[in-house]
Amino acid sequence: MSEQIEMAKAAIEKNCRLNDIDVNLGQLQLSVDPANLIQVIDFVKNDPSCEFKQITDIAGVDFPENEKRFEVIYHFLSFGFNLRLRVKTQISEAESLPSITSIFPAANWFEREAFDMYGITFTDHPDLRRILTDYGFEGYPLRKDFPLTGNVEIRYDEIDKKIVHEPVKLQQDFRNFDIQSPWEGTKYLDKEAKESE
Amino acid sequence: MAINTNIEETSPELERLKKLYADKGFVVTSINNLINWARTGSLHWMTFGLACCAVEMMHVGTPRYDVERFGAAPRASPRHADVLIVAGTLTNKMAAALRKAYDQMPEPRYVISMGSCANGGGYYHYSYSVVRGCDRIIPVDVYVPGCPPTAEGLLYGLLQLQKKIRREGNIKR
Repeated sequence: MSEQIEMAKAAIEKNCRLNDIDVNLGQLQLSVDPANLIQVIDFVKNDPSCEFKQITDIAGVDFPENEKRFEVIYHFLSFGFNLRLRVKTQISEAESLPSITSIFPAANWFEREAFDMYGITFTDHPDLRRILTDYGFEGYPLRKDFPLTGNVEIRYDEIDKKIVHEPVKLQQDFRNFDIQSPWEGTKYLDKEAKESE
Repeated sequence: MAINTNIEETSPELERLKKLYADKGFVVTSINNLINWARTGSLHWMTFGLACCAVEMMHVGTPRYDVERFGAAPRASPRHADVLIVAGTLTNKMAAALRKAYDQMPEPRYVISMGSCANGGGYYHYSYSVVRGCDRIIPVDVYVPGCPPTAEGLLYGLLQLQKKIRREGNIKR
């Protein structure tokens, strides 16, 4: 298997403009600029030594402290060589990525999900709508600056006979219990053990 | 048959009728009792499985707990159903559909809210996309606690609903 990774790696290195290429836990990982994304993905799909024919997922990550705020990670699977590949790229809030639906039609809904959750836009996407959140939802829930409880809550109005949206009003604020996890080992037990010795 | 037992006991007329017809193949009872018996004995439930609670709701219908011995059978359409069991997390996006299903049910209709999520949001109480209790959308008769409640728990909830119908059941509603 490592032979196939080396072959795929050499082919990608030779033919693509990359920022970085790496092998992590037996999986290839590339970092590319948004401008080169289409060319790289087209290459890894069609090159006979790569054959990454299936897109597994598109993930987004939000790093508000970075200049290029969003990281988008494309996961691919090669049936032919039993390999997995990650392609990472970074964009700022104002930029948008090229859609890869022309290469992988399955990326359609993944890109819609990234748009829904992070507000990342994809140019040339055939149907860039929200996919998971409520109809008429405002904001991007997986951004770090989105409040946990959101901005609106709903209830059925008996007078208007319809569901109405209202600002969130909580009976009790969210509490973060900082307790020691029994899975990571508790400190008080160590102390007790020492004392008994 | 709690509501009318007193009347039966205290009415000499009824006692006389009962005695008269007891050995002749007839049963004498009040209309209210008859209607309550019919209502509690055919609580067909609308399956509204939204999450893991739905699995426990399925158990209730299968032979081990066998809710059909109480006359309750699952119905796929709200227009056939008497009781709506909200089994699972109700999200904002689903709320309109739940209300629509409830509005389609014929009177008299009842609602069982099953599990923490349906009762008050539960684990997802602070989520941006979850309704904090399905009673914000539809009126609820019985709340079954648990995460998820056992099939026995839901069965007990259904029996409590029968009790409630018997207590306040009336041909007027």
